[in-house]
Amino acid sequence: MEFKEWENFNSGDWKTEINVRDFIQKNYTPYEGDSSFLASATEKTKQLWNIVLDLYNKEKNSKGGVLDIDTKTISTISAHDAGYICKDLEEIVGLQTDAPLKRAIMPFGGIKIVKKSCEAYDREVDPEVDYIFNNIRKSHNDGVFSVYSPDIRAARSSHLITGLPDGYGRGRIIGDYRRVALYGVDALIEDKKNEFELLNVDYFDEEIIKHREEVSEQIKALESLKVMAQKYGYDISRPASNAKEAIQWLYFGYLAAIKDQNGAAMSLGRTSTFLDIYIERDLKNGTITEEIAQELVDHFVMKLRLVRFLRTPEYNELFSGDPVWVTESIGGMGIDGRTLVTKNSFRILHTLNTLGPAPEPNLTVLWSVNLPTGFKRFATELSIKTSSIQYENDDLMRKFHGDDYAIACCVSAMRVGKQMQFFGARANLAKTLLYAINGGKDEITGKQVTPKFEAITSEYLDYDEVIDKFYNMMDYVAKIYIKALNDIHYMHDKYSYEAIEMALHDKDILRTMACGIAGLSVVTDSLSAIKYAKVKVIRNEDGLAVDYAVEGDFPKFGNNDDRVDSIAVQITKDFLGKLQKYQTYRNSRTTLSILTITSNVVYGKATGNTPDGRKAGEPFGPGANPMHGRDTNGALAVMNSIAKLPYQYAEDGISYTFSITPATLGSDREIQVDNLVNMLDGFFSQEGHHINVNVFDRQLLQDAMDHPEKYPQLTIRVSGYAVNFTKLTREQQLDVINRTIHEKI
Amino acid sequence: MNNFDKENFANVHSFESFGTVDGPGIRFVIFFQGCHLQCKYCHNRDTWSTENNQIYSIDEIIDRILTYKNYIYPSGGVTVSGGEPLLQVKFLINLFKRLKEYNLHLAIDTSGMFNITDDIKELLSLTDLVLLDIKHIDSEKCKQLVGFSNEKELEFARYLSDNSIPIWIRQVIIPGITDDENDLLKLKDFLLSLKTVEKVDFLSYHDMGKFKWENLGFKYELDGVRSATNEDIERAKKITRIFLKIRVFFLFLKLNLCVR
Repeated sequence: MEFKEWENFNSGDWKTEINVRDFIQKNYTPYEGDSSFLASATEKTKQLWNIVLDLYNKEKNSKGGVLDIDTKTISTISAHDAGYICKDLEEIVGLQTDAPLKRAIMPFGGIKIVKKSCEAYDREVDPEVDYIFNNIRKSHNDGVFSVYSPDIRAARSSHLITGLPDGYGRGRIIGDYRRVALYGVDALIEDKKNEFELLNVDYFDEEIIKHREEVSEQIKALESLKVMAQKYGYDISRPASNAKEAIQWLYFGYLAAIKDQNGAAMSLGRTSTFLDIYIERDLKNGTITEEIAQELVDHFVMKLRLVRFLRTPEYNELFSGDPVWVTESIGGMGIDGRTLVTKNSFRILHTLNTLGPAPEPNLTVLWSVNLPTGFKRFATELSIKTSSIQYENDDLMRKFHGDDYAIACCVSAMRVGKQMQFFGARANLAKTLLYAINGGKDEITGKQVTPKFEAITSEYLDYDEVIDKFYNMMDYVAKIYIKALNDIHYMHDKYSYEAIEMALHDKDILRTMACGIAGLSVVTDSLSAIKYAKVKVIRNEDGLAVDYAVEGDFPKFGNNDDRVDSIAVQITKDFLGKLQKYQTYRNSRTTLSILTITSNVVYGKATGNTPDGRKAGEPFGPGANPMHGRDTNGALAVMNSIAKLPYQYAEDGISYTFSITPATLGSDREIQVDNLVNMLDGFFSQEGHHINVNVFDRQLLQDAMDHPEKYPQLTIRVSGYAVNFTKLTREQQLDVINRTIHEKI
Repeated sequence: MNNFDKENFANVHSFESFGTVDGPGIRFVIFFQGCHLQCKYCHNRDTWSTENNQIYSIDEIIDRILTYKNYIYPSGGVTVSGGEPLLQVKFLINLFKRLKEYNLHLAIDTSGMFNITDDIKELLSLTDLVLLDIKHIDSEKCKQLVGFSNEKELEFARYLSDNSIPIWIRQVIIPGITDDENDLLKLKDFLLSLKTVEKVDFLSYHDMGKFKWENLGFKYELDGVRSATNEDIERAKKITRIFLKIRVFFLFLKLNLCVR
C-alpha cells in the first residue's frame, strides 16, 4: 500500500499489512522530559467547554439524570443525523445521536431493558419499534432467556452469580480505532474482503459459516462507517492526512462502536502515542502549534466526556454513576526498552487541567518503574489534585500481552485488534461459602437453591470440613456459571454482534471467557476466622445457619500476613482451576478477575452474615480490597497483601482502590508526589496489578454529600473506574466514605 | 513476662508500613512498647507500659521490613519510634547493624531523655537521623509536663551535634503550655547552638488520643486545653523564623567556603 497521506512516515511492515504496532514503533518519538511544554486551553476550548458544562447542568436537573432520549430511531452506525454541540466551535465532531447528551435506543441487546429505561425517565418507546422487537426481531436478551435452565435461573436470582450481561450489552471489546486513521476505511474493507476469500474453504462447517457471516457483517459495518462520516462532511475512505484528521477518523471509528453497542464498557484503547506521531509531523511542518495540538486533544476528550447510554436505574445500582469506561491506556514501555510515553501522553492527562477533573475518559496510566521521571511526577501530581487516574502494572502485563495491549473497562488487558473477551461479571464466593455451610440453602430465604448438599451440623466450624464443602460448592457454581456464560455469548454473537468493533480486529483472534470473583476478602477472612479463631454457628429454628459468633482473634487479609494472604491466593488459583474444567463457548480461554466495580454494595446487600463477623447486608470490600477497617498495619501492608494475588491466575485483572488523605501522603505537594511515585514503584515491583488512587479528606466527601451543588466536578476512583461523586447513590457514597481512607491522627 | 532475651527480641506496640512524616521518604515505622516519660499530652497512652507484651524476634522484624524494601529503598527508610525506642537500646543496636547490611536509612524518634551510655553511643554511630522531640525548653515547665526536667535531652542534642548526626527537631505546640514567646525564643537560641539541625517541625497538639487514656482508666489531665490551630503553628514559626534564615545563611556561607 502507498498513500500520499503517509508522506514523511518511516516505512515498515505496516505498509504491507494491517499492523498499527509496527507503524508506532517505526515512527513515534519517545518523550523523557517534563510537563513544561504544555499549553493551556484556547479561548475556543473554553467557550465550547462552557456550553458542555451548561448541558451537564441541564442533564443533572432532568429526571434520573437523563436529558433526552431518541425513542424512535433504532440506533445503528449511520441511523442518526449529524449532531453538534456548537458547530462553529468544534474541531472534532460527531455525536451518538443528533444532539448532545440525547440517548439512543439499542434494542438488539433487549427490548425489555429499552422499554424499562424509557419508562423510568417518563418516556415511551416508539410503538413501531416496540412491535418489531416484540414480534418480528429477536434480541440478545430473548435469546439468552429462551435457553436458560432452572439451575441457572436459581443461581442468578439468588445472587450467587450476579451482574451477568444477559440483559445488557457485554462490551469489553476494543476495536483498533487507530486503523481507521492510519489506513482509511477502503483499505480496511479491502483487507476484510481478502479474509473473506481466505475463508472460502472446501468444506463449510458451522465454524467457517459463522466466521464468513461475521466478516461479511464487518464489511457492511465499515461501509456504514463511511456513510456516517459523510453526514459530518468527511470522506474517511482514505487515510488521515494530518493530526486533526487522525483524531477525527479515529473518533469516528469509536463513535460507530458506541452508536452500535450499548456495552457495559466501551473502551477506547491505546491511542495517544499513535496520535502523537501525527501531531509531531504537523508540528515539524509548522502547520500546527502546541496550543492547537492541545485544542485538538481537548475537543476529542470533550466528545469522550459526552458518551451516554440508556440504562435502567437497577443497572445504576450495579455500576453507579453512569459509567461508560471510555478507557484510554497511556504510557508504558516498549519491548525494545524505549518508553512509549510521548508528549501526547501528557496532553491527554493535561485535559484534567484544561477541562477540569472528570470520570471519563477513564485515564489509565500503564506504569513501569522505568517510565521517565517527568511523566511519573506529572501523572501522580494530577492524581493528587484530581483523583481521576488509575495505574496498572505495565512491567507485569507486558510479559503477558506485549507492548500494544490496552485496558478494557477497568483492569482487563487485551492486545489491541488481536484479542477480545466474553465478559462474565462475577460469582459471589462469600455466598458460595454460606451455601456450603447450609447445604445449598439460601441463608436469607431458606430456599434450596442448589441441589441438596450435605449441610454442616456441628456447633463450631471445622476448617477442613468447611474447606471440603466449600470446594464442592465452588465446583457447582463454576459449572452453572460457565453454562450461563456460554449461553449469553452465543446469543450475543447471534443477535447483537459487534460488527464494527470486530471489523477493527484481525481475522484470527484470541477470545477469553472473563469470569470474576466477588467477596474475596470476605471469604478469605471467614476461612481465616474458622482456622485461627473459633467460629460458633448460630442457627434459626429451621436449623439454617444464619449467624456466626467469632471467639478469639484471627489474621485478616490486608495486613501482609502470609497466614491469611495465602488463603486468598489459594482460593483464586483453585476457583480458576474449577472454571477451567468446563468447556467454553468458541474455545475461549477462561480467565478470572478480582473486580467488583461498585457492585460490592449490591452483592453485600444480598449476602447474609458471614463467619468473619461481617453483618448481613454490609458491603463487601471492592475488588481485591480488604474488608473495611480490618487493615491495621498501614497502606503498604494492604498493598503487599494484594500484590500477592497472582496475576497469572487472575489475568483479567486484580483491582485495588486506595484512598488517602493529603496530609497522610506527605506534608507538602513536593513530598506527596515523591511518596506517591515511590509507593507506585514499590507496589508494582511487588507485582501488584492495579491501583486506583484517591487523595482526599473525609470531610470533603461528607460536605459533597450534603452540598452536591458545590462540587459539580468532584471525581473519585471506585473499583476500576472514576465517577462523579455526586452521581453515586447515597448508599454508595456512604460506602466510599466508610471505606478505609488511610489517615493519620 | 519481662524476662525475654532483650538483645534479640523486642517488645513492640505496632507497625506502620507507610510513615510519611517520620523521616525522609516513605518510612517503615516500628512503634516500640514502653515509655518512661509521662507526657500529659501523649496521644498514645497505651504505649507507656512495658508490660503489654507483643514480643517479636529480630528475624521476624527484619523479614517484615524487607517485604517493604521496594518502597523504602533508596529514598525512604526505617524509623524506630514508640513509646520510647531507646528503652530497648540493646535490641536496636543489633537491629540497626543488620539493617545496615541492606543500606537502609535508619532514624530514631526519641525524647533523648537518656544518659549517653556506651550502648547509646554505639547505636547513634549506626543512626542516620534522629527525630528529637524537645519536650519543653524550660526545665521546670518540662518537669511539670512530662515528669522529667530537660537537662538530659538537651545534652543528648549537643551530643548529636558534636558527633555530626543529623537532627530533625520536633516540638508539640500546646496552647498556653509550650508556646510562650520567651520560651520559643529560648528554644531558638538553643537550636542555633546546634550544628546538625536540618529541620524544625512544630506539631499541633490535639486531644484525639484522650479516649485512650479513658479506656485505660486514667484521667486526662489536659482536659480543657484547646487543640493548636494553624495560626498557633504559624505564630511559633514566625517567632523562630530568624533562626531558619540564619541557618540558610550559614549553609550559604559553608557552600561558598567549600567552593573556595
